Amino acid sequence: MRHSLALQIGPVAFRIGSAWRSPLDALARLYAGYPAPADGLCDFTVRLEPERPWRRFVRPSVAIRGDYVLPDAAPLALAHGLLAAEMGMNLQMALGQRRWLLLHAATVERDGRAIVMTGESGAGKSTLAALLGERGWRLMGDEFALLDMDAGTLLPFPRAISLKNGAIGVLEAEAGPGRFGPRLAGTPKGDIRHLRPNREAIARMGEGAKPALILFPRFGEAAAVRGVGQAEVFMRLTQASTNYVALGCRGFDALTGLVRSVPALAIDYPDTETAVGLIADFRRELAA
Amino acid sequence: MTGARLLVRALRDPGSIGDCDWMGLVSAARAEQLIGSLAFRMEGRKAPPRVAAIFEAARRDAAHARTQALWEAEMCRRALAPLGVPVILMKGTAFHAAGLDASVGRSVGDLDILVPRASLPAVEAALLGAGWERLKQEGGYDDVYYRRWMHELPPLIHKDRDRMIDVHHTILPLTARPTPDAAALIADSVALDNGLRVLAPADMIVHAAAHLFADGDLAGGLRNLWDIDRLLREFDSADFRRTLEERARLHRLAGPVARALRLSHRLYGTPVENRDSPSFSLADRLFEARLLARNGWGQERRKPLRLAFYLRGHWLRMPPLMLARHLWIKATR
Repeated sequence: MRHSLALQIGPVAFRIGSAWRSPLDALARLYAGYPAPADGLCDFTVRLEPERPWRRFVRPSVAIRGDYVLPDAAPLALAHGLLAAEMGMNLQMALGQRRWLLLHAATVERDGRAIVMTGESGAGKSTLAALLGERGWRLMGDEFALLDMDAGTLLPFPRAISLKNGAIGVLEAEAGPGRFGPRLAGTPKGDIRHLRPNREAIARMGEGAKPALILFPRFGEAAAVRGVGQAEVFMRLTQASTNYVALGCRGFDALTGLVRSVPALAIDYPDTETAVGLIADFRRELAA
Repeated sequence: MTGARLLVRALRDPGSIGDCDWMGLVSAARAEQLIGSLAFRMEGRKAPPRVAAIFEAARRDAAHARTQALWEAEMCRRALAPLGVPVILMKGTAFHAAGLDASVGRSVGDLDILVPRASLPAVEAALLGAGWERLKQEGGYDDVYYRRWMHELPPLIHKDRDRMIDVHHTILPLTARPTPDAAALIADSVALDNGLRVLAPADMIVHAAAHLFADGDLAGGLRNLWDIDRLLREFDSADFRRTLEERARLHRLAGPVARALRLSHRLYGTPVENRDSPSFSLADRLFEARLLARNGWGQERRKPLRLAFYLRGHWLRMPPLMLARHLWIKATR
């Protein structure tokens, strides 16, 4: 490919090839400070290619390809090339990752205890994780939690955080402007701006943590906390996992092990400050 | 060396792979759906830790693919058992069900079965009654086209398991020039313990060769050719070679089978008889170039060559006037 870039994120390395220079320049700026893969090798290949040869020049459109592809994925405008690269990396993980049990969840850690937050799109897990990452917690990831099926620990996967619409302003008030990517207006998911995790999150991205709490946050309701039974937690996590079925018996053992050993709560919250307050309470209770 | 050529070398002689373009090897193997086969070939050999972990995950994944393929075959068996018709598994599922070397690391997409043509309506009705659904609109162009001209029913998909089944009644489209002997395929098939059947070994190779060289555009052909290599090595004997020649002639597929042997020998080093020592023609070279048209990023290369093979695939598939009409309808809908 004409242009390429290798990125190490937590235990996973990607090589991203592109027919254009601009998406990789944007990616390199966003991931400034991340190490290159120490062995020079990668787990997954992402390719950003023109949909048809002439679309490299004429109304350029970026098709997301790579080792694993969705046949009907729609191409993006070249101006959204950074988003295409991010989606390409997500796709490799969701379709091709088999080394760890993958949960579609955000994870933060403090005092060696990790909180896993999962829920449907719009539940606010990315925003919450990003905010906690600026308030004394270590951000382990906003998109995927990687569960080591033998050790039962969680591995960090601190990709750039994908902030959408209203969440962008919330974090712009917290983090320095140098850590943000460009504002991508009018993407299929609305406005998007990426935020690079802080220095600590990157420096400690090789360091796992024990899961201590599973949270099912829901944004937009009056503040409430309720316990969730193990059967329900299990079912919800199978739905949140991209590779649970493919991992077979090992995936089942790992997930039931997690559900049996870690408490779970569902929280409703009207605004992120309330949720941050609730999570501070949980932290005190976990330490007690 | 990188891409498809490196992949072929690693499959053929995994011991020769030392310091190489590992990423190119992995990406080409994933793109050609040969990562599982490669992972087993590389088992126990030296590779950088990251690559060794990729291979280990691929081996585990292959075990899952096998379970899933065999379960799908069992679901099909249960749906069709009341009909009392022979149900013959084909391709990947057959290799797994019969425990052949070709199944080691073999990925399986759709379930392919062969049944007598007269049983098609009953088989289709039984599958529809057991949770499979139509993928093509009933009575639409594709649906009618399949039923009239193809060697299989329009594909069905299971509503819960999301897996496709292709129900064949022979191994080449009815519009293709060679006419394989479907009755002989069924008559000489071999029963498995569970009552399902697989093609006789020689017919497996004839089918794989027909699929690769007498139909379609050779996309993903390296995997088909790897199947052929594994089958030939497992069944190899003087008797078997004679049987294969006879079966190829019986099914009017001597040409494609001979080509399969030449290319399999050329790329994978499959032992073939020296008697009519394989002379490698210009056409063979084009086939080889087409099979190897993949680079170390997993991209397909040689666009004009691929297009030529795409057109050839259609040309083999149907007479010129019909082809013109078919391509016109596909292009304008």
